[in-house]
Amino acid sequence: MQSVDLGWWGVLIAVLGGAIRVSTPYLFVSLGETITETCGRVNLGLEGILVLGAMSGYATAWATGSPWLGVLVAGMAGAGLGLIHGGLCNLPRVNDIAMGIALFLFGTGLAFYLGKPYTIAVAPRLPHLALGAWSRAPQVRSALEINGLFLVGVVLAPALAWALRQTRVGLILRTVGDNADAARTFGFPIERTRVVGTMVGGFLAGVGGSFLSLYYPGTWNEGLSSGQGLMAVTLVIFARWKPVACCYTALLFGAATALGPALQSIGITTNYYLYGAAPYGLTLALLIWSSRPQHTLAGAPQELTISK
Amino acid sequence: MRSAAEAAVLSTAALLLSLLVFGGFVALRGVNPLEVFRALLFGAFGNWFAVQFTLTQAAPLMLTGLCTAIPARAGMLVIGGEGALVTGGVVTVLAGVLLAGAPPLLGIPAIALAGAAGGAAWIAVAGALRQWRGVNETISTLLLNYIAIALMNHLVSGPIRDFAQVLKPASWSIPEGFRLGDMPGTSVHWGLAVGMMVCVLTWILLRKTTFGFAIDVLGGNLRAAQLAGLPVTRLVLLTTAMAGAAAGLAGAMEVMAVHGFASASLAVGFGYTGILVAFLARQNPLAVLFVSVVLGGISASGGLLQRRFGLPDAATLVLRGILFIIVLASSTLYGRFRLFQDRER
Amino acid sequence: MTGGAKLSRRQLLVCSGGLVAASGLGALIPAVAARAAMKPVTVGFIYTGPKNDYGWNQSHAVAAQKIAKLEGVKLIEQENVPETVEVEKVMEGMIQQDGAKVLFPSSFGFWPFILKVAPKHPDVLFAHIGALWTEGDPKNTIGFRGYMEEPHYLCGVAAGRLTKTGKIGFIGSKPVYFIFNNCNGFILGARSVNPKVTCNVVITGDWNNPVKDAEVTNSLIDQGVDVIVANVDSPKVAIENAERRGIYSCGYHTDLSSLAPKGFLTGAEWNWAVGGQFVKAWQTGGSYPNLLRGGFRQDMVAISPFGQVVPKNVQAEILKLRQAFVDDSLKLYRGPLKDNEGNVILKPGEVIANTDNKFKLGVNFLVEGAVGQTGLKK
Repeated sequence: MQSVDLGWWGVLIAVLGGAIRVSTPYLFVSLGETITETCGRVNLGLEGILVLGAMSGYATAWATGSPWLGVLVAGMAGAGLGLIHGGLCNLPRVNDIAMGIALFLFGTGLAFYLGKPYTIAVAPRLPHLALGAWSRAPQVRSALEINGLFLVGVVLAPALAWALRQTRVGLILRTVGDNADAARTFGFPIERTRVVGTMVGGFLAGVGGSFLSLYYPGTWNEGLSSGQGLMAVTLVIFARWKPVACCYTALLFGAATALGPALQSIGITTNYYLYGAAPYGLTLALLIWSSRPQHTLAGAPQELTISK
Repeated sequence: MRSAAEAAVLSTAALLLSLLVFGGFVALRGVNPLEVFRALLFGAFGNWFAVQFTLTQAAPLMLTGLCTAIPARAGMLVIGGEGALVTGGVVTVLAGVLLAGAPPLLGIPAIALAGAAGGAAWIAVAGALRQWRGVNETISTLLLNYIAIALMNHLVSGPIRDFAQVLKPASWSIPEGFRLGDMPGTSVHWGLAVGMMVCVLTWILLRKTTFGFAIDVLGGNLRAAQLAGLPVTRLVLLTTAMAGAAAGLAGAMEVMAVHGFASASLAVGFGYTGILVAFLARQNPLAVLFVSVVLGGISASGGLLQRRFGLPDAATLVLRGILFIIVLASSTLYGRFRLFQDRER
Repeated sequence: MTGGAKLSRRQLLVCSGGLVAASGLGALIPAVAARAAMKPVTVGFIYTGPKNDYGWNQSHAVAAQKIAKLEGVKLIEQENVPETVEVEKVMEGMIQQDGAKVLFPSSFGFWPFILKVAPKHPDVLFAHIGALWTEGDPKNTIGFRGYMEEPHYLCGVAAGRLTKTGKIGFIGSKPVYFIFNNCNGFILGARSVNPKVTCNVVITGDWNNPVKDAEVTNSLIDQGVDVIVANVDSPKVAIENAERRGIYSCGYHTDLSSLAPKGFLTGAEWNWAVGGQFVKAWQTGGSYPNLLRGGFRQDMVAISPFGQVVPKNVQAEILKLRQAFVDDSLKLYRGPLKDNEGNVILKPGEVIANTDNKFKLGVNFLVEGAVGQTGLKK
């Protein structure tokens, strides 16, 4: 294998490639949570859905030989948990933030419980587009290996944004999330909409989870997720509930995550923990910078528990 | 009185229903649910050893549960217990090394308070960010968790590392004289007593004082609190500081009573379990004490489930998840039963 | 497991042990034991993570299954036990609730808690994998651990022979002495056959973090590394990612050759089943070492089956070197040896014995050819 020494350019390219790789699950989970929160429901259980999606996707892909089938099953598992969350939270006096945490525990526990036999298995991997095939440098080739799900996500984001703005379904979602009284006046089915919105969010989060096990890192093991689901909820607020902005925040977060390892491989090997904290510190700094005391959550759907 | 009865009955019913669902779960694996229930009970409370195991597991949860419960009463959702605990642990070590020559009678409370102060500062940052920049405290405390853990790992791997400890990166040790042992006659460390005491004191503070009343008003309706002239910013900062102090104290206990130094073993999930405890206890500090014991019992008996029935460790996670879901769902039943309603209605 | 049975078993053991000792028939213990059935014993394994992690914990679980097959052994296991006071209670629980008599707590951070529990149960053996036992520690505690740097040396030889770019990579989890010993072994082996090889050393900071492992692997490969070995709890991620990028990989903990059919060279494996001798010693009342460390010579480490890409002559070379370890004719740390900052570690002719525990505990340097630092104080 040829090696091309790119020096510091190598770091930049590694960060770019890492951004795309690492951001995909964040992208899907935050798109899903955007829909859920747009209709007025918070789902902190996304971490559990992510892990359950990863496990079920991996198991299905291994059993059937088809990674895309795994993605589908992962999504359905996520929708299932979303149904539980949405349904239970519709009951009066049930706190959806707490229920989300409960689902997080349940989903994670279920995934570990059922996933024991699959840590040794090797499942088929999702395909990718080799957009970097023109280059001689293996770094460039690897960085530009865009995986299928990332492309789906990148297309999905503006599509969702358009749907939320321009379609009747989008209007229903937004009204139910922004102003329950107005929704009632218009005759929109509030409970049903919230359940559907949570299920769709869960589906996307499950798909995001399947990416972790079926593409990158491409394995199933109990340490697979380290809070990606929870972080995605943060990124949604950071993106001010706009689907296209979710793309950018996910990429930014992915790039910040990839920075540490990229620097280490060119010999800057100290302070790796601090680099590991970089994505979170960066998000916090940007949040502080972009927030205004009077508009705590500008752009938030008003029916959200955390807005009230 | 009736509302306490209501809470007790519904919580117990939820617990029983969860066990039933969990029983169905293990039955699918071919394990006899009745045996599992017996093992759960025995492992948690069956003999003196089990009780001590349960209490050992419960000790840190009492304090980290308060970290979520206290701000919740003021209308904030803080999930930063993990970060505050870790910060408290590191500060305890630093204080211990700084006060190395001091007599234990002075040193022990001093460094415990230092740990609490460290945790308090960490969460108060989130409170300040909320008041002055409008940053949502749930998100900021979540991010602060990751940052605290990373900082702790960095410090114990280098700047405050004790290189004589070869097994894993660990910080300098606190002086032997500042260590807390087990309570006399038991094999449970003093952290339990501290946790129980703090829960009771917090309950008194939040339920029986005007300060506590102010917190409740703030939690009920921010606008009303402002209109009533309450010093909102001060209350927010105080509440978050108290929350952080509780979790920081948990970190201090881990350092003083368990390890003697700080290391990655501080970040094992006590903070996150504390969130669960707080919600199951409906943010009541006294209930936090009892719920901690229940969860401690599940944790203690989990080992028996693994060893006797070959159930994977994740079975306890599933049980906790089911319990949490059902208890939360049961909150919809509050106020529905006439039995518990006041006669005036 | 009832109280009565426990007492009589212990009495029997003490009696027979005393009898054997008194008659000076120590050497005949195996024969005596073979004629009478082995005393039943419950053996407890405690894992810090999931036992099917295809890595560290699994290497112990594999040994546990081997030990379970010994006569009279009943195995109990508990996984996902954190390195906190909980493990103290878990050990107590196994002893009190299940009557365990030999415990294998398989994580470094369990040692302080073992020291606390062991004195309370003098009839229970605690075999710990950290090998930190020193004079003064309780007599019923044992430290045992293989010298992993030896199989890493052989992996390094394979890496040095097969690398095309001259750059190899070592991924470590935490900055502790055994990780750096393994790293040095890897580099010394590679440079012994290919003196121009350099090794990029990267520490992830976590025992188990698949996303970071994958990122680090890809970054190393981007820098031109074409052989990697990952000293993390579950090397599966690193090896699979290396295979995808078409480079070579070496395994760790257990046999991972099936994960990389095209790129697997060989791997460094544990043989924790030597712990079975402690179980036998308990059953027969025989003696046991409190500190057991060894490499190939003591059969405490092994190398994985060779991957198909390793040429026959390289395989033969490696097996000869392995034999040299067994004969103790090959010393891993031998002069002249410099570290990667130019300091002289060993002068020409100076040699460190393969069983020099003190030297290895104090390794805070990376040998010449490494790109990176340990961060340990000098």
